[in-house]
Amino acid sequence: MASKAAAPRSFQEIILRLMTYWSAKGCAVLQPYDMEVGAGTFHPATTLRALGSRPWAAAYVQPSRRPTDGRYGENPNRLQHYYQYQVLIKPSPPDLQALYLGSLQAIGIDADLHDIRFVEDDWESPTLGAWGLGWEVWCDGMEVSQFTYFQQVGGHDCRPVAGELTYGLERLAMYVLGVDHVMDMPFNDPDAPIPLKYGDIFRQTEQEYSRWNFDQADTAMLLQHFQDAEAECARILNAPGLDKAGRLIVMAHPAYDQCIKASHLFNLLDARGVISVTERQAYIGRVRALAKACADAFVLTEAGGAA
Amino acid sequence: MPDLLIELFSEEIPARMQARAAADLKKLVTDGLVEAGLTYAGAGAFSTPRRLVLSLEGLTAHSQALREERKGPAATAPEAALQGFLRSTGLAREQLELRDDKKGQVWFAVIEKPGRAAAAIVAEVLEATIRNFPWPKSMRWGTGSLRWVRPLHSILCLLTDEHGPQVVPLSVDHLNAGATTEGHRFMSPGRFAVTGFDDYAAKLKRAHVILDPAAREAQIWHDATTQAFARGLEVVPDAGLLAEVAGLVEWPVVLLGAIAPGFLDLPPEVLQTSMRTHQKFFSVKNPKTGRIEGFVTVANRETADHGATILAGNNKVLSARLSDAKFFWENDLRTVHAVGMEGMAAGLAHVTFHNKLGSQADRVARIEALAREIAPLVGAAPDLAAEAARICKADLQSAMVAEFPELQGLMGRYYATAAGHDDGVPEACEMHWKPLGAADDVPTDPVSVAVALADKIDTLTGFWAIDEKPTGSKDPFALRRAALGVIRLVLGNGVRASLIKAMNTGEKGHIFHRVAVKEREKQDVLDALEVNVGAREEITTIRRTATVETGTRVLVSGSFDDGTALHASTQVLDLLAFFHDRLKVFLKDQGIRHDVIDACLAMPGNDDLTLLVKRAQSLAAFLKTEDGPNLLQGFKRANALLSQAEAKDGVEYSYGADPKFAETDEERALFTALDQAEAVLTPAMKTEDFAAAMAAMATLRAPVDAFFEAVQVNSDNPITRRNRLNLLHRIRSLCAQVADLTKIEG
Repeated sequence: MASKAAAPRSFQEIILRLMTYWSAKGCAVLQPYDMEVGAGTFHPATTLRALGSRPWAAAYVQPSRRPTDGRYGENPNRLQHYYQYQVLIKPSPPDLQALYLGSLQAIGIDADLHDIRFVEDDWESPTLGAWGLGWEVWCDGMEVSQFTYFQQVGGHDCRPVAGELTYGLERLAMYVLGVDHVMDMPFNDPDAPIPLKYGDIFRQTEQEYSRWNFDQADTAMLLQHFQDAEAECARILNAPGLDKAGRLIVMAHPAYDQCIKASHLFNLLDARGVISVTERQAYIGRVRALAKACADAFVLTEAGGAA
Repeated sequence: MPDLLIELFSEEIPARMQARAAADLKKLVTDGLVEAGLTYAGAGAFSTPRRLVLSLEGLTAHSQALREERKGPAATAPEAALQGFLRSTGLAREQLELRDDKKGQVWFAVIEKPGRAAAAIVAEVLEATIRNFPWPKSMRWGTGSLRWVRPLHSILCLLTDEHGPQVVPLSVDHLNAGATTEGHRFMSPGRFAVTGFDDYAAKLKRAHVILDPAAREAQIWHDATTQAFARGLEVVPDAGLLAEVAGLVEWPVVLLGAIAPGFLDLPPEVLQTSMRTHQKFFSVKNPKTGRIEGFVTVANRETADHGATILAGNNKVLSARLSDAKFFWENDLRTVHAVGMEGMAAGLAHVTFHNKLGSQADRVARIEALAREIAPLVGAAPDLAAEAARICKADLQSAMVAEFPELQGLMGRYYATAAGHDDGVPEACEMHWKPLGAADDVPTDPVSVAVALADKIDTLTGFWAIDEKPTGSKDPFALRRAALGVIRLVLGNGVRASLIKAMNTGEKGHIFHRVAVKEREKQDVLDALEVNVGAREEITTIRRTATVETGTRVLVSGSFDDGTALHASTQVLDLLAFFHDRLKVFLKDQGIRHDVIDACLAMPGNDDLTLLVKRAQSLAAFLKTEDGPNLLQGFKRANALLSQAEAKDGVEYSYGADPKFAETDEERALFTALDQAEAVLTPAMKTEDFAAAMAAMATLRAPVDAFFEAVQVNSDNPITRRNRLNLLHRIRSLCAQVADLTKIEG
């Protein structure tokens, strides 16, 4: 376990320490995926790379959007745009729990003073056709991470099994920094020449997006985009295997981008309240069908473990 | 006689699975050992979040050698028979013996099973147990294919006798059994070796692990109540939570905290639910104020600051949770103050109840119509019942219930009170869901009873109408529970009502009719038919033949002039049969035999459950007296003689028994007894005084016995014979007023 570190002073310091820690543990430190996603799991570095036989170890921050969680920046804990820290290691190492606990130590959570527990929490993503078993990790009664052993993604068994760690960065940082309202959290060092709080950066955007998500987003257009993404995903996957130069190139990633788009568009439509309870299941089923098709394609590729 | 110690050490096992898993480990291993010929003196199974443990005392060191002889096919039997025998015995042909048998030569197999050492058997049984463990959900990890509830890290398996401990050689995939384990994850890291169960339990305790979940529970409860008592407070008992929390810690440390004053005005149920569901806190009550003022959290470790950091963290999380709850509470109150419960309920129109049964608002409208009809039967004002029904599901739209679904009903009561409803209406919002389980209280307030009955009958008729009935173990809409709820509501409140009528009541004719119509007819004739159905309510009321065979077959007659009504009526009777099945289960639990119930079900008015049960209880009591079974024999003898004679003669002996043709004193005495009994029994039945009727029936026992003793019914004199058969008919018809005694066994 890492030696006891001085307490971090800002949101970004916590992110940097996680980066440093997981980098030292051998993970490829990736950058966020450049699309709108609901959670770090959607990054192809997790969803697709959890499939197939090739070993993998990656860590990254993923900005995540959940339109229905918008509260105009007023709620101390809820945001429609927030950050997740994501670690995926395949095969899951036998000491993954210890590695995880080391990361808490690295960001200033001293296991000698705190009560850290692994409480049952099975994970399932109906939109990704994925599930796994694991826990939510509690620190003094607060959920600070999710810890999952992936069993299936896109309808495919994960062999070997990947271990996934997801840290809800704002909540974790607020706890470590002793801040009660997310907007009051120091983003950079409070002693920096220009100290910035989380609210200085995100309060206005939370207001703007909350209004757009709930009241203004053009639902007819979003619906059309959903259908476009769905159609394009199918078209990409149905394209002939060989390109014009006669090379075999399966376009799993471009297809998966369309699946991500469809998923986010569904979330936006949901926030606008135009999806009824019965339709909801149907939409989720449509996104899952895309995710499955992309997974089917990915396992045929080199990164997906095909010879 | 060695002792056996097994520990399966893994990452954290879900708390809810631990007790069952420990029991399964014990059962699978001991069954396997016994099957293989070992015996043991005692067994104990334990669990912590990270381990399942089994300790066996006094295990036999070897299994006995076994010699088994099995007889096979005859020497002349076809080759296939011999091959089958070889397969089943696992022997080759040259190992079989041919012996002389009565019918010629027969193949015999002699199977010798040498005794085996306990270690070999344990290794085999434990490996099979691990590979086939019945976890509710299991997983793979890393590169392996082994399944366990979470990654399995080590296997400890020791046989300890007077020579000391011996590791049982065993490997399951990459795991080799050993003699070591780990203590508390944080307080005592590192592995250590043990020599047997006592050493194991003692060393674990030094390594900050209390092995026995019952001991952890006891310690948590003791420490919690002691700390609360010291501050003049009481911990609210919660056995389920205690068991769960004991499954989350290996080294329980109880911490008592106070709820911030700003939250103390929240309803106590909200505080309790929020703390229990999200935080797994116990609620702590101030006995002087009756309010929930504190909480107990159970940490999994001691710390240098005596839990100060942990308690502060928990307090902070709780405040955030309760801020949410307070926000929901105040928001919901604002809503009902502004637009009333009806306003809160408005959104139900957009919530689907079931895609064939419409929205929640449609459902509420049906419940309202039905509650209005039922109200007079249970002593409630129809307008109040309708008002309560209209708002009883409103809280499903509240923010609080969205967050805490288990508070549905209760929040309805709070919000209905806040909105100014009274006269039993707020109570009905809470109580109409009940009774939920067999142990749940039955509502007694008339408004609550009316809405509770309407709610459940609507659910049952609705799902019957769309043919979503329970099958086998599948009952996704909890229809058995709903039927039992109706039964308990009716019986608990002595409600006198015809269930058939209730099931046929409702807006615009009943849902049975509407759904049946929808399924059968084209849309353009739908409206016309619906109007018709409403008007035809009278015609479609079911006329049954004299006896309705419930539970098995339903005989229906009547003037059904279209298939719709027939469909609806058979549905109603099918549902009535379902009620009767549930009633049988319910009464069986109360010690009333199924044949007694059948005897009462065969009587008219069997859709009036209160009447039915009253009859069954009286009959059951009667059959427990000395006269009961004796009279039953007399009745059965009379019935048998009469039925035989009627079949033989092709006539019905049902009229005109006359004392003047009586030849013996016993005959005359029976005439007198029947007259006297009838004079009591018939009026008693009219007033449903079953006890008096049964008592009157009991007086027949002695005269009937004496009659059969002294008199031969089938006399040579045709007049005497006819008169006696007609007399038997009087016995049969008198008893038949009470119940169909032919259904009684014995």
